[in-house]
Amino acid sequence: MEAHAHHKENFITKYIFSTDHKMISKQFLITGVVMGIVGVIMSLLFRLQLAWPNQEWPIMEALLGKWAPDGVMDPNMYLALVTIHGTIMVFFVLTAGLSGTFSNLLIPLQIGARDMASGFINMLSYWFFFVSSVIMLASLFVESGPAAAGWTVYPPLSALPEAMPGSGMGMTLWLVSMTFFIVSSLLGALNYIVTVLNLRTKGMSMTRLPLTIWAFFVTAIIGVLSFPVLFSAALLLLFDRSLGTSFYLSDIMVAGEVLQNQGGSPVLYQHLFWFLGHPEVYIILLPALGISSEVISTNARKPIFGYRAMVGSILAIAFLSFIVWGHHMFVTGMNPFLGSVFTFTTLLIAIPSAVKAFNYITTLWKGNLRLTPAMLFSIGLVSTFITGGLTGLILGDSALDINVHDTYFVVAHFHIVMGLSAIFGLFAGVYHWFPKMFGRKMNKTLGYLHFWVTFICAYGVFFPMHFLGMAGLPRRYYTNTAVPMFDDLTNINVLISYFAILGGVAQVVFLWNFFYNAVRGRKAEQNPWQSNTLEWTTPVEHIHGNWPGELPEVHRWPYDYSKPGMEEDFVPQTVPLTEKEMQTGH
Amino acid sequence: METLLFILVGVLGIIAIVQAVRVFEISARVKGDDENKVSDKDNRTQGLLLLLFLFFFLGAFAWMVYSWDSVILPKAASLHGADIDSLWAISMGVIIVAFLVTQPLLFGFSFLFRGSKKRRAVYMEHNNKLELFWTGVPAVVLAGLILYGLTTWSETMNPSPEDEPLVVEVYGYQFNWKARYSGTDNKLGYANVRLIEGVNQLGLDVNDVSSLDDKVTNVLHLPVDRPVMLKFRAQDVIHSAYMPHFRVQMNAVPGTETQFQFEPTMTTAEMRQDPEVVEKVKNINELRSAQGKDPYEFDYMLLCNKICGSAHYNMNMKVVVQTQEQFDKWLQEQKSFAETL
Repeated sequence: MEAHAHHKENFITKYIFSTDHKMISKQFLITGVVMGIVGVIMSLLFRLQLAWPNQEWPIMEALLGKWAPDGVMDPNMYLALVTIHGTIMVFFVLTAGLSGTFSNLLIPLQIGARDMASGFINMLSYWFFFVSSVIMLASLFVESGPAAAGWTVYPPLSALPEAMPGSGMGMTLWLVSMTFFIVSSLLGALNYIVTVLNLRTKGMSMTRLPLTIWAFFVTAIIGVLSFPVLFSAALLLLFDRSLGTSFYLSDIMVAGEVLQNQGGSPVLYQHLFWFLGHPEVYIILLPALGISSEVISTNARKPIFGYRAMVGSILAIAFLSFIVWGHHMFVTGMNPFLGSVFTFTTLLIAIPSAVKAFNYITTLWKGNLRLTPAMLFSIGLVSTFITGGLTGLILGDSALDINVHDTYFVVAHFHIVMGLSAIFGLFAGVYHWFPKMFGRKMNKTLGYLHFWVTFICAYGVFFPMHFLGMAGLPRRYYTNTAVPMFDDLTNINVLISYFAILGGVAQVVFLWNFFYNAVRGRKAEQNPWQSNTLEWTTPVEHIHGNWPGELPEVHRWPYDYSKPGMEEDFVPQTVPLTEKEMQTGH
Repeated sequence: METLLFILVGVLGIIAIVQAVRVFEISARVKGDDENKVSDKDNRTQGLLLLLFLFFFLGAFAWMVYSWDSVILPKAASLHGADIDSLWAISMGVIIVAFLVTQPLLFGFSFLFRGSKKRRAVYMEHNNKLELFWTGVPAVVLAGLILYGLTTWSETMNPSPEDEPLVVEVYGYQFNWKARYSGTDNKLGYANVRLIEGVNQLGLDVNDVSSLDDKVTNVLHLPVDRPVMLKFRAQDVIHSAYMPHFRVQMNAVPGTETQFQFEPTMTTAEMRQDPEVVEKVKNINELRSAQGKDPYEFDYMLLCNKICGSAHYNMNMKVVVQTQEQFDKWLQEQKSFAETL
């Protein structure tokens, strides 16, 4: 490793095929941001359609071409947009963009390692992700349109090109892209696990790890155990599509033809999919919770309340996430007894989640809150985590799920608890660690502006959706005007779309703040937030190997903020225990 | 041309925003030392905004509950639906209480403990009693919800076999529904997509005696106050039969038969008289007449609720609940499978 520090670099090895975790982290972030822009623009297009159905939008024709004749979106394109929006947001932005960015940046820096266990595998992880992104974007341009069977791509719809145009070439590309994505995710996760287990610096015991690292570590374990199952689901679907197998198909007549497939079960696919799909929710959420723990503690100038309970609840959530997948399938006709088991395990998750929420709130109690943009986004995260989490008690209850399953109530629930919380975690992370990533600072005022417009619009978009769901409006409907009983919902849809457009436009403020200041921003000092963790002991200018000399030694946990008897209101982990501390054992 | 103009306006709009933002940034820089350090003044402003947001949020919540009460579904029109509604009310009560306790604490603390250079935070690592309390309370409440939920679920999904329900098949295909009545023998004949031919759209087996008296219809008629067992079949992809007014939903899966038994308790005619429904229909018709559309009359609906292709949004079937006599009379008028051949 030492030798690498003086290794000569050219443009390609430094910026493109880099094996340095800090550069790879930026690559993940910027790719994630680009994918995020695509995903948000898609959502704005279908919000236009939902609020003002059949209205002619020149922009629609300009962007969608033959899929929006005379500026009115084609129903197939509507389904394609919701499908790709979901896929991009769940996987490309909130999995790779969030976990890929911050696991890469923070794991080596916060545990005191020179780099990831394998820089080369880390580089491969990014490039598989890059190829996956390119294929997914390319699928937007094929003749028959991109995949359109919903982000969960349930067969037989996704298996039969005769069933919808989106199940043609676009679906094949979707599966290929996801295969690359899974490889990327596995390579990354293995690296994170090995790095956390083996490369912690002297004194950095597991109980002294910052909660960010605990979250990334457990996330990686969940990923390694669940993504391979999605891989097999995708592989079998590929076989059904191209080799004539019948894993998911049986007794089907489509477009006037009887298919020869017999004996398969579409529900098998759902089991395999959700065995990843549910843990995936926590793959997205846990890193955001880890980030907010760190940001809240630092800016409250107070230890995170109940560190051990926080670690315990991360572990409990991770364990439970593997035995709740059936709650996505209460109405597939599965055995009612199985439904009972999944209801039981699902509702149990509320306990560790409640513990986390209360611990966050108590961390604020009697703190000295420095309300930076990162802190505001973290507070916003706690708010959405609670609001969205609570409706989980309704949806996780099989008897209640019967009536709101696949309605807008679900759309509201998962966007608030998973989408908003995770994206707020991502923003909090970017604002907080921007000085570490780019050695410069983002503009505070723009950060405040960005937070407030985003936060209000986010609730403005998703909170009213609960009411749409309670009115019985199904999700993935191209328009609600075909059924007169939903005619009184159009006004709510218009309101939602206004918030969506305003919230979408507000992201320009963030993009400007991010890209402009990455290049031209004011230079950052070494420890701008007076934080305890190790990443702030590295030089502002990035160097290979992170620390110029010896690796730092750790003497204490990362949350000694405002400790009585200490002069400053923070005590970095590298500061040896004082005599008094040794006596009292703290 | 119009399109080009539209794009031009969009691009100019974005440039304008970016430039405005730029001015903002430069003026901040000119003003001086470190514009990005959070000052006590910032903490005051942002803390106050967080508190204001709390009031705005709770106010907006109350407004939505008040003004959108009329859009949500009326009370259940089925026996088990009433139980689900009670469970719903209690669960909603629990989560609204939790919501109204935690959000004010979160935003209230954010305001109360906004930072100041003069203060120092209180060092507090953990508190076992407190943590035990907020682990214990949710655990107890959840135990209650789980027990209540599972009882309701089990009663809904495991109806008594002695009910002798009316058996009806609901058949989904891209993009419509059909209903099949079992005829005098109350037994549905064998059917498979492989047997679909000409008028035999549901693939009934001609050689099965019990299929000959089956009746296939485009509207689902159900007698009131009698248990009905719906059996679901799909021809091509997964569909889902969602009947929101009855609190019924079940997927129709190709290659598998699924089922749902329930008992309607209100006829369509009775439901049309229900005050909640009258109110809702009145609202809808005001909106419709403003758009020059025909007036709407309430009907129960069976909606497709699993993405199934381009016309998914328009795949539904009218459901009519009537008295046993009306139902018998209607069924009498329908042609049997044998008659259609």
